[in-house]
Amino acid sequence: MWIRRFAAGAAAALAAVMATPAGAVTEIQWWHAMGGELGQKLEKIANDFNASQPDYKVVPIFKGSYPEAMTAAIAAFRARQNPALLQVFEVGTATMMAARGAVYPVYELMKNENEPFDPKAYLPAVTGYYTDTNGNMLSFPFNSSTPILYYNKDAFRKAGLDPNTAPRTWPEVEAAAKKLQAAGVTCGLTNEWPSWVLVENFSAFHNIPIGTKSNGFGGLDTELTINNPLVEKQVAMLADWQKTKLYDYGGRTNKAEPKFYAGECGIFIGSSAARAAMLANAKFDLGYGMQPYWPDVKGAPQNSIIGGATLWVLKGRPAAEYKGAAKFFAFISRPETQAWWHQNTGYLPITLAAYELSRSQGFYDKNPGTDTAIKQITLNPPTENSKGLRFGSFVQIRDVIEEELEQAFGGKKTAKEALDSAVKRGNDLLRQFEKANM
Amino acid sequence: MQTKRVTFGGYGVPALLVTPQLAVTFVFFIWPASQALYQSVLQQDPFGLKTEFVGLANFRRVFADPAYLDSFAITAAFSLAVAAIALGVALFLAAMADWVIRGATVYTTLLIWPYAVAPAIAGVLWWFLFHPTIGIFAYVLSRFGISWNHLLDARQAFLLIVIAAAWKQVSYNFVFFLAGLQSIPRSLIEAAAIDGAGPVRRFRTIIVPLIGPTTFFLLVVNIVYAFFDTFGIVHATTGGGPGTATTILVYKVFKDGFEALDLGGSAVQSVVLMAIVVALTLVQFRFIERKVHY
Repeated sequence: MWIRRFAAGAAAALAAVMATPAGAVTEIQWWHAMGGELGQKLEKIANDFNASQPDYKVVPIFKGSYPEAMTAAIAAFRARQNPALLQVFEVGTATMMAARGAVYPVYELMKNENEPFDPKAYLPAVTGYYTDTNGNMLSFPFNSSTPILYYNKDAFRKAGLDPNTAPRTWPEVEAAAKKLQAAGVTCGLTNEWPSWVLVENFSAFHNIPIGTKSNGFGGLDTELTINNPLVEKQVAMLADWQKTKLYDYGGRTNKAEPKFYAGECGIFIGSSAARAAMLANAKFDLGYGMQPYWPDVKGAPQNSIIGGATLWVLKGRPAAEYKGAAKFFAFISRPETQAWWHQNTGYLPITLAAYELSRSQGFYDKNPGTDTAIKQITLNPPTENSKGLRFGSFVQIRDVIEEELEQAFGGKKTAKEALDSAVKRGNDLLRQFEKANM
Repeated sequence: MQTKRVTFGGYGVPALLVTPQLAVTFVFFIWPASQALYQSVLQQDPFGLKTEFVGLANFRRVFADPAYLDSFAITAAFSLAVAAIALGVALFLAAMADWVIRGATVYTTLLIWPYAVAPAIAGVLWWFLFHPTIGIFAYVLSRFGISWNHLLDARQAFLLIVIAAAWKQVSYNFVFFLAGLQSIPRSLIEAAAIDGAGPVRRFRTIIVPLIGPTTFFLLVVNIVYAFFDTFGIVHATTGGGPGTATTILVYKVFKDGFEALDLGGSAVQSVVLMAIVVALTLVQFRFIERKVHY
């Protein structure tokens, strides 16, 4: 008798555990490169989406750094095991755009799934980077940052500088760095992401091109032009400063951050998204300012270009996952979600509505300096030189540029030799990319 | 003297016994190696959507790249430095451990531990110790007036990876050297002592030749280690920089294949590395019985 009851109970339990095909939750894998605190914030967004509806579940999976996540997804695609959603950093854009058989453009996805998607709601600097020549957005903006200047207010006070004014021009940075060193600070200035800050954004902010054909937007037959007089002057100046540690090179990617928040350097040029790490680690008053510029260059300051990443959709998944992906995109483009992400990470509010919402919530009044990034990126309407860049093999080209910068800062080459070599090696890579994608 | 020989009846049982090893060799060597050979003659986009057979074009391109030839020079210098330091330090420690009577087991055990540390972990440990801002060794060096910044100074970066790589390998060499030293008959050493040879002379003329086979074996193993197993250390400490000062061949394979997504070029480099290790192994097999004497 109890055996029959037991069997009935077991059968019911089994039926409840096994999801029936009709009522199943569709899982959508999302491969990303946000570790640490940023990763926790990203997971909250996914959890909020999952809680808001019963049909789809976005599963974020941390895959390492940006290059590692991209490589993993590419390898997975070759094995037909790729995820539907992938976070790709901005320098991977050309590679993703060239992979037409692998990528499901976002504008097509949103149109096919009847989800609202208006490119005009996004910041021009953001849409410009990720649209094709016909003005269609190929990937979904998610976390965009731009380099800003951070400074140590306590060190400024000690050096006799005004702690509430950030140095605005390069001459002011030099003067401040010298005073900081005189007051005992080991090094005046450092930065992270060398190529992004010192070459790419430096060029855009001064309205000079990084390469021909509108920085590569106009065609695959583009060539680098970073060995121009202004960039050469800048690199030579920094190499000279390096001798006395007025400027101290801190390494690639974000390796230089400890130099600033450990108090070794008083001024730091880094991603606006480094704010999370700064607040968590710096034991001093933090100040913010825009990137420095040369006041004698006509057209400076122009506007800065974005870094960060967008979300790409890869082909080869069941149709239900794409329905869910479209709904997810609609969810994360709501002003509330955008505003929360921006306020908690330091990434830009990529829609104007999110920016307005944060303003009306008084966020910028309560946290002075947090709107530096968006003010800098919208300083002026973007020109051909400050819309962004689109070069093939740019991950490798950035490596090349950073290798040559290291040689210049280490005193092994002059600035001119280093930049000429970077241009030659970079152009070789661009020609290979062009040949492989004609 | 007769040695007992075991023979099998047919081929069935021997085949079964050998199959696991053959399977492992096939999956972990033959399959990836043939894949590398195949990819080295193709030009592919990273996603595998467009594939084109280009013959030896990738080989020509890689060998014409000055950065690749540079990498050969760096790798040669690196492996010689690592082998010399690892062998030298290990031999010294083994001689000391052989000489000590009390506590020998303790020293031996402690000296073997670094071998168990994964290369990437070893890399991170040394990265911490020598970090220009927060590293203890960097701090100590700065007190002596030496400014340490391996992110900018190519020689310091090279030194860092040599130290990290050699540190790991000392344990392995130590074990073999100790065994080699302990297998030398005491009577030979005593006879030399009676004949008036001092410790250094005894070491030079008796011990070193007798551990010859061990030394040669370890030399090849150390060079192969420096060529291949040091990827984790380079990746965790210098990332191939500054510039390309520490981009050894195996690291370049990774950078070109996974960061630059140049699969053809990376496959060519893998094939070349495979040829090198095959050659080294052949050298070891052929000469280990010839040049060294008992």
